[in-house]
Amino acid sequence: MYQSNLSERKIIISTFFIVVAIIYISRLFYLQIVDDQYKLDARNNAFRYRTEYPVRGYIYDRNGKLLVFNEPSYDLLITPKLAKNCDTMALCKILEITKTEFLRRMKKATQAPNSPRKESIFEKQLSPKIYAALQEKLYRFKGFDLQSRNVRKYPRPIAAHLLGYVGEVSKDKAAKDNYYKEGDYIGISGIERSYEEELRGKKGTQIVMVDVHNKTKGRFMDGLYDTLAKPGKALYSSIDIDMQEYGEKLMTGKRGAIVAIDPQSGEILCLVSSPGYDPNLLVGGKERSRNFTKLYYDSINRPLFNRALMAMYPPGSTFKLIDALIAQQDNLISRSTSFPCNRGYPPMGGHPRCHAHPGVDLTGSIATSCNSYYSYVFREIVDQKKYPKFEDGYNHWRDAVRSFGPNTKLGTDLPYDKPGNVPSVEYYNKVFGKNHWRSNTVVSLGIGQAELTLVPLQMANVVASIANRGFYYTPHCIKGVGLEKKLDPRFKEKRFTYVQNQVAYDNVHDGMQQCFDAGTGYASRIPGIVACGKTGTAENPHGDSHAVFSCFAPRYNPKIAIVCLVENAGFGGTWSAPIVSLIVEKYLTGKVTRPDLEKRLIEADLINRKNLLGSGHH
Amino acid sequence: MRKQEHSLFFGVDKITVLTYALLVLMGWLNIYAAVYNEDHQNIFDTTQKYGKQLIWISSAALIAVFILIIDAGFFTVFAYVFYVILLLACIAVPYLGREVKGSRSWFRFGDFGVQPAEFMKFATNLALAKFLSNVNIEVQESRRNKLSDILKNYQNTIIAAIFLGLPLIIIKLLQDETGLAIVFVAFIITLYREGLSVNFLIFGLFSALLFVLSLVMDQNTLMIILSCIAALSLLFVKRNRKNIIIISTILITACGVVFGTNYVYNHLEDHQRVRIDVLLGRGTVNLKKEGYNVNQAKIAIGSGGFFGKGYLQGTQTKYDFVPEQDTDFIFCTVGEEWGFVGSSAVIILELFLILRVIFMAERQRSPFSRIYGYGVASVLFFHLAVNVGMTIGLMPVIGIPLPFFSYGGSSLWSFTILLFIFIKLDANRLVILR
Repeated sequence: MYQSNLSERKIIISTFFIVVAIIYISRLFYLQIVDDQYKLDARNNAFRYRTEYPVRGYIYDRNGKLLVFNEPSYDLLITPKLAKNCDTMALCKILEITKTEFLRRMKKATQAPNSPRKESIFEKQLSPKIYAALQEKLYRFKGFDLQSRNVRKYPRPIAAHLLGYVGEVSKDKAAKDNYYKEGDYIGISGIERSYEEELRGKKGTQIVMVDVHNKTKGRFMDGLYDTLAKPGKALYSSIDIDMQEYGEKLMTGKRGAIVAIDPQSGEILCLVSSPGYDPNLLVGGKERSRNFTKLYYDSINRPLFNRALMAMYPPGSTFKLIDALIAQQDNLISRSTSFPCNRGYPPMGGHPRCHAHPGVDLTGSIATSCNSYYSYVFREIVDQKKYPKFEDGYNHWRDAVRSFGPNTKLGTDLPYDKPGNVPSVEYYNKVFGKNHWRSNTVVSLGIGQAELTLVPLQMANVVASIANRGFYYTPHCIKGVGLEKKLDPRFKEKRFTYVQNQVAYDNVHDGMQQCFDAGTGYASRIPGIVACGKTGTAENPHGDSHAVFSCFAPRYNPKIAIVCLVENAGFGGTWSAPIVSLIVEKYLTGKVTRPDLEKRLIEADLINRKNLLGSGHH
Repeated sequence: MRKQEHSLFFGVDKITVLTYALLVLMGWLNIYAAVYNEDHQNIFDTTQKYGKQLIWISSAALIAVFILIIDAGFFTVFAYVFYVILLLACIAVPYLGREVKGSRSWFRFGDFGVQPAEFMKFATNLALAKFLSNVNIEVQESRRNKLSDILKNYQNTIIAAIFLGLPLIIIKLLQDETGLAIVFVAFIITLYREGLSVNFLIFGLFSALLFVLSLVMDQNTLMIILSCIAALSLLFVKRNRKNIIIISTILITACGVVFGTNYVYNHLEDHQRVRIDVLLGRGTVNLKKEGYNVNQAKIAIGSGGFFGKGYLQGTQTKYDFVPEQDTDFIFCTVGEEWGFVGSSAVIILELFLILRVIFMAERQRSPFSRIYGYGVASVLFFHLAVNVGMTIGLMPVIGIPLPFFSYGGSSLWSFTILLFIFIKLDANRLVILR
């Protein structure tokens, strides 16, 4: 039965076997070497990347006192797949939530982007009480775990606007920036925002292996590929925590802002925006959003609004100093120059209005704040012969003003600073029509009114440039980052103003000194200190004028340049000047010699019009 | 010389035995890796599968030695007896055996279990070899036309088919073990070697192709394409009566297969239908449910890379992402921990053993031994192709073990008996002609 012709079939059969084997090996080649997807899938199966959160950097004040530190807080995590047969009622009781809420969260943790096998947050930032209760009984709730995170803590309830707050990163940001995952914290405003990269440190990753039931099976390669979390850098702020606190205290019951700068370095000493809030309100889980909503919807006081950086106020008479300086630089006036004043600016029929200051010279015009004088000065500058075209003259004035900081982004290290406004030629051309306006049309710019606006920080910067006799350092509130206390070199650069004529500064300083000695700031003389000041009453179309006071002290070798603005408080000498006077005295001497004044100021509630012993003065 | 003849290992093909031993050893190492667990590291721990497998391996070695001791004539003489006894056991097991995990194919002895269906393979192989070697085989083509003549001519083919069909049907119907049953299809290769008309194979392959095509494409389109091919081929051949009849018969049969596909597909069990869908990528495959096994198998193998992750370093293996990884999916362990190098090596080694068996079969003077040898090669190849094929997504999931690798006493014993009977027959080839 053996047929020789059949024996060749052994070759066909063997060939068939070999071909199948070759196909299989090629397929293996594709799966194992060509296609990388399976390697990724395997990692997703067996690896869990546990994020180790770094400690956020602390923030200190200029004297090394703590402004911000961290406190551990705990999140409750859930892995739904493992949370079978857990005592729901007991857990609900501890967490103080309803069963419906429990089921809602459970569903959320199960659905995309979460997954039954993945850990997600069940409850954020447990209160210490809940944490204590839960920690004891955690073993009873399978699938639940506690994760420690740090939250910010503020030893004193001040400087909320300056420090800003930390919150969960937005979806947009998380999508754009690789560093953040949803649920991560990020600095949202203030220093927390502008120094986010320094403060946050670097997240670490632990690669943990899990089995098919998502049970942890240890570290991958004993942690060879893990990265350690790098703690955030400490920030050394230029803020004087005591001055900040004192400023906020004095501003109790008032809307407005105080900004103090060390003119010799550009360091911001205090940045008060009032009303403020306790920064401790904006940390923590449930309370945070409740408090935020409350603050956010207070549309009258707008406590979240940082007036010091964002509120654009007309500078009022404090602006006259700049006019005086520019006019002297251009040799248009001298110390002895005087202009007519007839209870107002004569050429415009007594507008802007003024008190009668007949024949005051330059220093007197500053001390008494003569509107008429500066209307003339403004016209002198704009209409000077050097510029046959009126618009060129106006632009010359505008550029000179801007060299002091107005209408520029100062480039501070705080987010959201507004540039303020010195109206452009184009703007007025639009409003009045080309060639339909003259220096007289906009003469109130000369006394810091009309469309001219500055934010308080810019006002303080102007004072600092005047104190420095012609330059300023970009204001900043962090003077050192990390252990090496590095300072961004841009904060060490002098920025020169248009006015470099030193005699001009002598004259203006004289006038400002006179303001205390015999002028509008007489009531706020600072015992034992030669200070220079200038009152301002910023008329505002929405209500009573804002009270402004600019000051630097001591006159020689100035240590502080400060501006205080109180909204709707009327004349600058009444409310702002005494506040400035107290702060300067306390900063320079460490003492308060006028406790009565201090008490009266703290108690005065301008918002609700209570305890007003002083009176508005126009 | 005589002394040598009586030696236990006289004439035993050492290469085959060594390859066998190597595969079993590699298998055990991979079983150890698949069930590896830090708490149980003692390899003799018989509560663990690798400990048990050691018992299976040593008992398999004893069985091998026993087979080499007894006279080769024993297997030829008792071929039908084995077949009948095991067939009866297969029928009895659903009634007498204990149900384990829904399977009714086991006799249990304490901790250990035996599946008679596994041993049906060698028994069927013996019976088939005996039958085919005894008849003047005419499993061949016929040119006669009368139906009775055709039947007469194919008489032996039909009897051979009954030898294979009985265990297939019994195991499938009574025990519901598709994997164990379908193996008997593999003997077609033996029949082919012994003269089965190539038309059967062509018809089989053609039907399989049409089955797949009619599942992956629109049936009407397929039918139109087939008709076009038929019409076109009429253009190129002589249009005499005979050719027209042949071509239309083929066309009608093809259309029958296409229609039949629907019927068969719809009458499959759900899980089988799903496995075919997974293989062909029909519809959306849910990787968490029906697609889980194959996907996880591919992940484990695919993540192995060129050199693999290293022994006991496979994360997918260690942490149980692939179900059944010590038995039917043992190849995933190889793929993940030994990489492309290791998994190709296993395929090549298995293939080498199969080709070696074919080589040995061809050197037999006795048809019985040759036919039996081809049976061994066919069964081993079928297991290799289906088992590895399903882990790499080239075959539907059918639960059959990888020869010598997969965990399990019955399968290891069964493959050992199957192979060593042949080794014994081969060792005897020089002694007497049967």
